[in-house]
Amino acid sequence: MGDLKPPAVTGKVSAWNSQAFGVGFIVKLVLMALVNALGVYVIWAAWNASSWVLLGAMVVILAALDYVYFTNRYTIPGKYVAPGLVFLLVFQIFVIFYTGYISLTNYGDGHNLDKDQAVSAILAQNEKRVPGSAAYPLTVVFQGDAFGFAIVDNGQVKVGTADQPLTAAPSATLAGNKVTAIPGFSIATSQQIFANQQAVTNLRVPFSTNASEGSIRTQNGTIGYLYKSIFVFDAAAGTMTDTEKNVVYTASDRGQFVAPDGTALPTGWRVMVGFENFTKAFTDTQYSGPFLRVMLWTFAFALLSVLTTFLLGLVLAIILNEERLRGRKIYRTLLLLPYAFPGFLSALIWSGLLNEKFGFINQVLLGGMNIPWLTDPWLAKLSVLGVNLWLGFPYMFLIATGALQALPNDIKEAAKVDGASPLRTWWSVTGPLVLITTAPMLIASFAFNFNNFSLIYMLTRGGPRFADTSAPIGATDLLITMAYSVSGVDGTAAKNYGLASALSIMIFVLIAVISGLGFRQTRKLEEVL
Amino acid sequence: MRRSITTVGVVAAIVALSACASGPTATTAPATTAPTTTAAATETAAADYSGATLTVWVDDTRLAATQAAAKAFETATKAKVTLVKKNFADIQADFTSQVPTGKGPDITIGAHDWLGNLIQNGVVAPIELGDKAADFETVALQAFTNQGQVYGVPYAIENIALIRNTELAAEAPATWDDALAAGKAAGKKYPFLIQVGETGDPYTMYPFQTSFGAPVFTQNEDGSYSSELAMGGAEGEKFAQWLADQGKAGTLDTAITYDIAVDAFAKGKSPFIVGGPWMLEKFKDLKLSIDAIPSAGGQPASPFVGVQGFFISAQSKNAIVANDFLTNYIATTDVQYAMYEAGQRTPALKTAAEKAASDTLTAGFAAVAANAVPMPSNPEMAAVWTYWGVTEANIISGKQKPAAGWQKMIADIQAKIKK
Repeated sequence: MGDLKPPAVTGKVSAWNSQAFGVGFIVKLVLMALVNALGVYVIWAAWNASSWVLLGAMVVILAALDYVYFTNRYTIPGKYVAPGLVFLLVFQIFVIFYTGYISLTNYGDGHNLDKDQAVSAILAQNEKRVPGSAAYPLTVVFQGDAFGFAIVDNGQVKVGTADQPLTAAPSATLAGNKVTAIPGFSIATSQQIFANQQAVTNLRVPFSTNASEGSIRTQNGTIGYLYKSIFVFDAAAGTMTDTEKNVVYTASDRGQFVAPDGTALPTGWRVMVGFENFTKAFTDTQYSGPFLRVMLWTFAFALLSVLTTFLLGLVLAIILNEERLRGRKIYRTLLLLPYAFPGFLSALIWSGLLNEKFGFINQVLLGGMNIPWLTDPWLAKLSVLGVNLWLGFPYMFLIATGALQALPNDIKEAAKVDGASPLRTWWSVTGPLVLITTAPMLIASFAFNFNNFSLIYMLTRGGPRFADTSAPIGATDLLITMAYSVSGVDGTAAKNYGLASALSIMIFVLIAVISGLGFRQTRKLEEVL
Repeated sequence: MRRSITTVGVVAAIVALSACASGPTATTAPATTAPTTTAAATETAAADYSGATLTVWVDDTRLAATQAAAKAFETATKAKVTLVKKNFADIQADFTSQVPTGKGPDITIGAHDWLGNLIQNGVVAPIELGDKAADFETVALQAFTNQGQVYGVPYAIENIALIRNTELAAEAPATWDDALAAGKAAGKKYPFLIQVGETGDPYTMYPFQTSFGAPVFTQNEDGSYSSELAMGGAEGEKFAQWLADQGKAGTLDTAITYDIAVDAFAKGKSPFIVGGPWMLEKFKDLKLSIDAIPSAGGQPASPFVGVQGFFISAQSKNAIVANDFLTNYIATTDVQYAMYEAGQRTPALKTAAEKAASDTLTAGFAAVAANAVPMPSNPEMAAVWTYWGVTEANIISGKQKPAAGWQKMIADIQAKIKK
């Protein structure tokens, strides 16, 4: 007890893990200072913007990071995974939960607002100018802290507020069309109007004691018009009444105002609809048929993409691993070029090359044949796989090269000594070893290609449309591109973010399950060996 | 010296605080002071909006012209106008999702066919133009009117017409057959160029469809559209048959996309192309004439007219400033003419349109626009366009039989609208 004293500091730079102020500690201090500075900045900005969720989250994250990096109890593994965990939390977990929340609502076109905004939007859209009424020169006035309007009606000045209908003010003074003085009221300056724009534009001064004559409103502070509200909202009963046509709309629980005969007002609000969005893809007859076809194609596409790119990459890696081959560096550089181009750029160029009438492939390489590469369903599937092969094999080539070079040489020599043919060596010895290291990347590649939106969208936009269904789905559509067009996010239908979120969550669950099972299998691989 | 957390904490705090010493200054909320009683204040000619910031969304073609109006507004009223440049294709979706949060822009440019959708989503506010309404072309104002309310200030009218290369075809054709005959006589690769594409282009095909008497929706007297589909029936099927015949003859081809058609016409491979003023800058070296689109079915061919204008957000906190900017600065001849010079589309204000008519090509488009019909702006249109285009393309390429395909399309659209 107490015998173990900390080692004395010898020299200026101590070991990285010493208990004194070494270089490592200074570096950690600087980095944590930057992180804390950023965190305090975010907290300050969130406080100013009254964004409490962001403030709370940032405080928790900052406190956790400081604890992890400045203490040693239970936190040593934490020091390695903390940054990754923070980014996982912010960019993945939060996003998944938010998508899940949206998938339980009917947020989309026609359900874009919350209820109060929807009510005021409907009232504003149905406030109509009384036909034949004049444009009154208007001056904004105020009495106490209530605004009012003073208009010039046929040379006569009238003044009123929200509670007091327009009454004549004969002793008011005019300068042209502007009221310069009025007893009992003060003239608002433009600064005051501008500082209270919403109050001024929301003000309705009744034209007379007869409410059905309408009220004066202004949109620019200088001209007033006579408006009548066609719709009246009864907050207590939750109904919107059309006074012209005498129809009473009641708020439904689906977020719309519905009349007794079933017609609804177009502007609605978001409501929670539970799991309805999840069942729509299966129960909606327009989509349930093609849904299965698209799902099968998505699995096939992902699987075949991984298989073809891996085989090609592996074969090339084996060939270029041979030391006797000359110019290997040049070959390697050339083979990596497709990987260097951005995927969407390559996809666009390929869609031009494969054009049936004007594409390079048809015109030049095939001498003028008109092969419908992208317009025949099966050829389109083949083209998509081919372009993905071109785009993906350099990546597989790289990881296979890495895996091959990491293999210990003595195993292969041992197999040779035992009399195994090259093929047998490959099948039983080298192959499984390479698979152990590359299997996780194959699973990741499968997950990536399952959702390979940019390739399909840039190359075929979903491909030749299915002729037998009226849904806008095609032969090369993946689940993700189908979700994009079905939910209207691409602009070809009314937007339904709730449906889009539900479809995304379903795709996520599918891929998560498959990837989880895949990783389980690769662990078994290691156990066998 | 042993490291101690307290020392570290103090040092970290010093570094952190010094880093955020230059952090954000607290934003001042707009003054909502209760109005104080003042003596009779004289109103100045231009209002004083110092402290106000107006946010306007534009795209890159309208940026320069709006900047001119913004500068004039800033000098006169001391308000600040922030122009945000956005991609035109993104504006509608972004505007719809951002306005309800209260942090959207005050004003945005847009096309009139967005109006139904924007109203359904409750993100635009009606604007009262007063006497200025009479200064605009009727079709422009009609396009921005919904249920009797005006929702924006228009600034440009665009439509397609027949663009003729006068060196290859001397006269304007009256009917489709005349046009084909003149095209073949010119001896170039394409007798007539129209963009189609794999998914069809119902917008460009519309004048031919109306020449068969099959408009998309029935039109009411005030110019607005009902939601009754009017393109079914015998006239629509005649049009579908015409499409199939032309597809078989090779004059209409789904392989011809917009880029291919424009490129071919610019290289002189055809005397005729159906297109709009956005194509003209590619044809600078050619001698052109703008003519009415030839009728294919006997009735006059009326193309669609698209009107572009400025919308005010329903949640704008600067409604008065925005209104002033739009009615007193955007709706003036100089600014509308400047926008015309930037985008080559006929201005919506009558005085600016007269000034622009001195250019023969613009006058040609404006003459065709006189017989044009506004694009329907109902929110259901988004679904209609897709079915319509794909069916037309399939009929042209022979994948679907004309009558059967057209009827299926009508059934699909009606099912989608009813939902």
